Amino acid sequence: MRQQFQNGLRAGMPIALGYFPVSIGFGMLAQGGGLSILQAVLISMTNLTSAGQVAGTKLMISCAPLVEIAAATFIINIRYMLMSLALSQKVDPSMTLAQRLICGFGITDEIYAIASMQQGTLTFAFMMGLIVGPFCGWAAGTWVGAAASALLPASVKSAFGVSLYAMFIAIVVPSAKKSKGILCTSLLAAGISCALYYLPGLCKISAGWSVIITAVLASAAAAWLMPLRTGGETEENES
Amino acid sequence: MTAVYITLAILTMALVTYIPRVLPLVAVRRKIKSPFVNSFLYYMPYAVLAGMTFPAILYSTSSTLSAALALLAALLLSYFGRGLVSVALAAVVVAFIAERVI
Repeated sequence: MRQQFQNGLRAGMPIALGYFPVSIGFGMLAQGGGLSILQAVLISMTNLTSAGQVAGTKLMISCAPLVEIAAATFIINIRYMLMSLALSQKVDPSMTLAQRLICGFGITDEIYAIASMQQGTLTFAFMMGLIVGPFCGWAAGTWVGAAASALLPASVKSAFGVSLYAMFIAIVVPSAKKSKGILCTSLLAAGISCALYYLPGLCKISAGWSVIITAVLASAAAAWLMPLRTGGETEENES
Repeated sequence: MTAVYITLAILTMALVTYIPRVLPLVAVRRKIKSPFVNSFLYYMPYAVLAGMTFPAILYSTSSTLSAALALLAALLLSYFGRGLVSVALAAVVVAFIAERVI
């Protein structure tokens, strides 16, 4: 069991290192928007997600209604249902309800990706080892970003603003290179999002609903026009 | 932004982030059969990420030009297979240098 935990810890190290600079960007964003260091770290420790908590925090900073925050955060995090579903087929069947409730908290895009690549079943000890490093990296980076935000010159803060978006690009581009469907979905979503932002009349739509409208329209169009063949592209998600 | 509003907002975000993560792992033991739902869920993360990135990335630094150069660097590096960390850091460095030079 201890061996399993250590294996998980080792597998999670690249993710932990990767999360650190990105969460610095988030810490700066939260601090710049008027949240305290504690509040910023609390968001990272309770949410442990990039896109969802960035969108939620931005809405929070603009004092959006809670229902809008809930809807925007939920739609961004719907993807976790698919990952959770995929992992439910792969975890140790003897895993208890309490252990599943704890493991579920740690499912992020990167942790899911590493977990699904492991040979054989996933034990609770392995999952804990895998989750603990990225969790600490994400929280520590947020703390550093929020605490250093006041000390850093404006030019450095300004440059760090791009880091989260660059990470999003680094997630999308390799998949879009391999799958035409993902490429079309991404281009369509970027187009819809730009239309909602620039077109007169539509630009009154808030950032939260813009993400929801973009995601639903682009994925529904892609699912309708380019449905996955059963056992085709889904394999990499469910293997 | 009152402290109560912030606390409630953080709790709301935490809850709606936790539920989709844990629900299938606890409850669902069979596979989804609908090809449309499967495809929809499969494409969704990319639509969300692309929609969140454009056009917001252009306004993420203090000048559109430095952001555009960082975007170009991120696209090129990720196209040539660089990982999340190097892409994110390279984009930051490009934006920083661009703002110094301009």
